[in-house]
Amino acid sequence: MSAPDQVLLASYDYLDSAVAAIEGLRKAGFKSLKAYAPYPEHHIEAALGYGQSPVRVFTLVGGLTGAATGFAFTSWTSMEWPLVVGGKPILSIPAYVPIAFELTVLFGALSTIVGLFILSRLPAVKPPVIYDPEFTNGRYGVQVDAPSERAAEARRILQAHEPAQLQESAEAGHA
Amino acid sequence: MATATTERGALTHPDIHRLSDVNRDVLKILSRPGKGWWALFALAAAGVGLFFGTWAYQLYMGLGVWGLNSPSGWGVDITTFVFWVGIAHSGTLISAILFLFRAPWRQSVYRLAEAMTVFAVMTAGLFPLIHLGRGWLGYWLFPYPNSRFLWPNFRSPLVWDVFAVTTYFTVSATFFFLGCIPDIAAARDQATGLRKKFYSLISLGWRGTDSQWHHFGKAYIFLAALATPLVLSVHSVVSWDFAMSIVPGWHATIFAPYFVAGAIFSGVAMVITLAVPMRKLFGLEAYLTIKHFDALAKLVMLTSLIVLYAYLSEFFMAWYSGEEIERASFWNRLFGQYWWATWTMLVCNGMVPILLWFKRVRHSISALFVISIFINIGMWFERWVIIVTSLTHEFEPWAWGVYRPTIVEMSLLAGSFAWFGFWFLLFTRILPPVAIAELKEVLPPPLRGKPKEAHG
Repeated sequence: MSAPDQVLLASYDYLDSAVAAIEGLRKAGFKSLKAYAPYPEHHIEAALGYGQSPVRVFTLVGGLTGAATGFAFTSWTSMEWPLVVGGKPILSIPAYVPIAFELTVLFGALSTIVGLFILSRLPAVKPPVIYDPEFTNGRYGVQVDAPSERAAEARRILQAHEPAQLQESAEAGHA
Repeated sequence: MATATTERGALTHPDIHRLSDVNRDVLKILSRPGKGWWALFALAAAGVGLFFGTWAYQLYMGLGVWGLNSPSGWGVDITTFVFWVGIAHSGTLISAILFLFRAPWRQSVYRLAEAMTVFAVMTAGLFPLIHLGRGWLGYWLFPYPNSRFLWPNFRSPLVWDVFAVTTYFTVSATFFFLGCIPDIAAARDQATGLRKKFYSLISLGWRGTDSQWHHFGKAYIFLAALATPLVLSVHSVVSWDFAMSIVPGWHATIFAPYFVAGAIFSGVAMVITLAVPMRKLFGLEAYLTIKHFDALAKLVMLTSLIVLYAYLSEFFMAWYSGEEIERASFWNRLFGQYWWATWTMLVCNGMVPILLWFKRVRHSISALFVISIFINIGMWFERWVIIVTSLTHEFEPWAWGVYRPTIVEMSLLAGSFAWFGFWFLLFTRILPPVAIAELKEVLPPPLRGKPKEAHG
């Protein structure tokens, strides 16, 4: 990377304009793209070429940890002080299933949240360099970090789809 | 895909034309508390005062101010606990199960249903503490070894229940807050001054970028997939508090599905009870349409049939088992000292919902509201019937008894509704009570050109 990147952010009123702008930028070889949408829009995700989210790994690991913890905890405490209750065996595995199940769900859910926060960089303390508050209302945004020598080309592609607003900043926007 | 979304959006919400309409209509609720809201809030605050005042009185005087006795060691406290846990369930049904089934009508009601879940569990959770008598020792419920290193008995359904209810509260509150984050960001972007600071803080810096939405969507699916078996497990575990004992009237394998169906039945009725005044008060007619109420009413119809089937099968099995004590217990339910409770239950939960088979009733908001109140009452009595008629009429005639709730218990019951209403009213003013982002998902997206097939 040579000179500081030029950050361009276009706000579009229409979904198809935003999708076409993303496709145009990708075709021209721009790598550092970011899109904003007021709701999860799979057309945008598809245009950006998203694959599987790794959140699922967190869910799986959390869930399995919960199940293992549930069985280990109940078994260990029963064997630590063996006491026959209600004529049941010291290790009453079927009776521990509800506890192991609840901990599977609890650990799985909490680690999913942790995974989400890590992957999508939340909480984001620093506000983005440029932003349009309309993105949570009804507009779609396309942002590109273009090397300064290609900024004009990026601007042309964004403008070809008639944005409602085009903001620029010389500071490097964080991905 | 785009065409399908367009059609679906047009079908679900014909009166919402633009994405920004949703922000306008929902966010304005957050800005102007009217006289009606203040009146309700004052009433709720007074009820919360009654609730904690009564609890303080009970803590000071001891459990003797209750009507509990031997044989009836459980009464209004546990009845109300099960009632509120049951209410909670339909919120998770609507937010998680209907999400997995891709039911497009859930978007308008799910936020309020989920809030209802969180506040209902918060209400329910207080009753075991109240029931303890010495509420300040509530931490004894949690699994840690006593002074002689003896751990709790993990084979006991009461210990399972602690795990189930605390997990349920944690997961449903997290799920609720997660769903709120994009909508809080929407509130932040339109607020000014102190409100903007507050919403900026709790929106956690959400901006709606592609990577945020991508991971959010996946996390939401997994949470829904975890919450679905969780909701079924929680009321099953609650039912095992009863079914694992040998008390006649409790010891039945049908209890888990029977309780889960009853919980969803009562919860959906409560969603209707809450949605009708909210629609009126906040002018949400375009969001909560007749179609949404029709869908809710159909859920009530289905679950009322399951509940009625469970009632009849319990009576049948008591007779068919040939067990003398089991038969006596169920005969006592219908014609014994608490006959009025049993018949209230049968009429409110089995008979009144039959009206919903008529489309005209399902399409009348006021009729639905009245029916939902009947169901709320009927479902409280169902738990009363299960708990009190069974405990007061066990095996030996000399051990039978009578339980009459005192004014203290009834004040706690009334106060629990105020406590729930207090939080719910605050919620409608602080968090967007209709899911803004999720609603936009079912609206037709704004397109410059013609909708075209593209990008799987």
